[in-house]
Amino acid sequence: MAELTIRDALNEALREEILRDEDVFIMGEEVAEYDGAYKVTRGLWKEFGDKRVVDTPITELGFAAVGVGAAMAGLRPVIEFMTFNFSILAADQIINHAAKMLYMSGGDFKVPIVFRGPNGSAYQVSSQHSQALEAFYANFPGLKVVMPSTAADAKGLLKSSIRDNNPVIFMEQERMYGLKGEVPEDEDFTIPLGIADIKREGIDCTIVARSMTVPLAYQAAEQVQKEFDVSCEVIDPRTIKPLDIDTIVESVKKTNRLVIAEESHSFASVGAEISHQVMEHAFDYLDAPIKRISTAEAPMPYAKNLEELALPDVPKIVEGVKEVCYL
Amino acid sequence: MANKILMPKLSPTMEEGQISSWVKEEGDAIEANETIAEVDTDKATMEMTSLEAGTLLKILVPAGENAKLGQTIGIIGEEGEDFADLLKEVENEGSSNGASAEPKEEAKEETQEVKSEESKPAETPKLITEEQKPKTEAQSTNGRLLVSPIAARMATENGLDLRSIEGSGPNGRIIKRDIEKALESGQTQADPATVSAPTFDAAAEIQGASAFREENTSPMRRTIAQRLGESIGPIPTFYLTVEIEMDETLKLRKQINKSIAPDKISVNDIIVKVAAMALTKHQFVNASYQDDKIRFYEDADIGVAVAIDEGLITPIVRGANKKGFQQISSEVKELAEKARNKKLQPEEYQGATFSISNLGMMGIKEFTAIINPPEAAILAVGTATPTPVVRDGEITTRSIMHVTMSCDHRVVDGATGARFLQTFKQMLENPVMMLM
Repeated sequence: MAELTIRDALNEALREEILRDEDVFIMGEEVAEYDGAYKVTRGLWKEFGDKRVVDTPITELGFAAVGVGAAMAGLRPVIEFMTFNFSILAADQIINHAAKMLYMSGGDFKVPIVFRGPNGSAYQVSSQHSQALEAFYANFPGLKVVMPSTAADAKGLLKSSIRDNNPVIFMEQERMYGLKGEVPEDEDFTIPLGIADIKREGIDCTIVARSMTVPLAYQAAEQVQKEFDVSCEVIDPRTIKPLDIDTIVESVKKTNRLVIAEESHSFASVGAEISHQVMEHAFDYLDAPIKRISTAEAPMPYAKNLEELALPDVPKIVEGVKEVCYL
Repeated sequence: MANKILMPKLSPTMEEGQISSWVKEEGDAIEANETIAEVDTDKATMEMTSLEAGTLLKILVPAGENAKLGQTIGIIGEEGEDFADLLKEVENEGSSNGASAEPKEEAKEETQEVKSEESKPAETPKLITEEQKPKTEAQSTNGRLLVSPIAARMATENGLDLRSIEGSGPNGRIIKRDIEKALESGQTQADPATVSAPTFDAAAEIQGASAFREENTSPMRRTIAQRLGESIGPIPTFYLTVEIEMDETLKLRKQINKSIAPDKISVNDIIVKVAAMALTKHQFVNASYQDDKIRFYEDADIGVAVAIDEGLITPIVRGANKKGFQQISSEVKELAEKARNKKLQPEEYQGATFSISNLGMMGIKEFTAIINPPEAAILAVGTATPTPVVRDGEITTRSIMHVTMSCDHRVVDGATGARFLQTFKQMLENPVMMLM
């Protein structure tokens, strides 16, 4: 095991997959000579050259389309969006082309492509650059959506995403690039898509969190354990779509209570979907209405204090746990 | 203008009806011919419809209580209308009937929220009154009990009555920990033996009949009742047979008869007394299944089957558990005599809590009897015959009597019935046990 930051774990995954499969290449703004806006592709251009690591102009729709075409022609592109906020410009290529090509071509064209980049808030980048778009993409059949929260998950899931024959939306988090964690050194280490991970076991309350809210949920769980002797189970679905609802339902059947912590807005969010599925499969096991902790229903403020107020944090998750546990 | 809602005649022989439930609540809008309440008559549960449209302003006879034909059970009118005068009139009606119109002060300032202080209807005192609701009853929205799904499930699985549980969640919602607390404190209905000194607050409909209390039928009991009923008929019956050595009882009877000569008692008189005593120890057998309620009787009113020319009637020894052998004996004789002469009054043959049919004197060894609803069980008593038995490795004879109890499975389970028969058998085989 090596201790790596999420940034370096992603870098390793990309490097290993480029070495492993000659069809894999990376394309995006500043990914080559500048080593990536967030240094995820550091050293790759130097090592592999222009053919495998391709800088693009600021043309999201254009390079996403080139990626979709390359994938249809048999390559395995990894398209980096500097942030997923800019993927909105490429949404037509992602949603109308990548997601639907296999279906509309009657199975003739696979699109083995990964769209990756940071999703959600960063540090005071304001309304247009702080959006969590997972629910948006997860809504469309044909797209897989992956959101790692640890270095090991980032590496194992990115490798699986690159090897997957379908378009995968791979969402990182800018605030988490520097988070360190143990990562297996095996070059063939992968984590299958669609399997949730129980980050902390507990018996009184389940917290489902993803991406940035996973470490927050973990801290909240430690806090309520200490203060109220309430034992929380923290589940990270890791893959939003396909969603491993079984693991969540099993946990809720045990704990009877569920808090969902997410960075997106609450309306029609992934948390809303999980909440519905839990109601559907574990209605008779619930002891309290499911509680969601989401980002405030407002464009993200620029002001630091307001940004903090808008985002989910440990105290909010603790409050949520107390509420469903009737404390 | 506000009008009275009167108890209608819903069956040809109906004299009074019990409000089974109010479909509408105070404040609800009502259309003409819309069902406002369900009424249990002597025949069936009937839907009672409103004759006029308006708003249900006041419920005067709450669910579970009876009202005479034509008695005012509610007030209908326009929303927000002042009906204090009409209410006063209805109260006077009650007192002029000579019934116990209770002093009321709330008429004026009364609002719809004051449901728990519902004015008692003006009614004769021999009504069945609803069991006192626990003070801690969960608050509810529109009369609904608030229960979390897991709590509801746990209560069902454990046979808990949710109405007896205080909810600690928001708005009194009953949540998992409330059920856990209830289970810890042993508040279950599973084992009748654990119920300590229940109180019987309800007076009976029939004069002299045993008082009883009612508990809401637990979901588990209701399911047992429903499923077994589907399987076997309206009263799912099963039979338990036990062999009883009657030698000691026969000796006892001889002694008694010697000392009270020329008066004498029969074996059946002893059986009536022993059954009554056993019943008070096994409340589920001295009970009656009433759909959403199970009625538990305080005393054992034993119906004794008497064959008469045109059939069979079961006059009742009231409170047999409290009476001596001689008294039981003379009552049975007197009632049997009246039965044969068709002089029995309804209260002398209606409303037993348990029945005994004894064909022993006719040489019948063993038989099954059919339950007399709404009783929960009937005992079929055969003849006591000298039978060879092995005791201490020796063949000897004992007077063996076969007794078969038919049980209403909706309220009596196999084990419940068996425990009753055990007690019954112990007392007959070892009469000293009657003193225990």
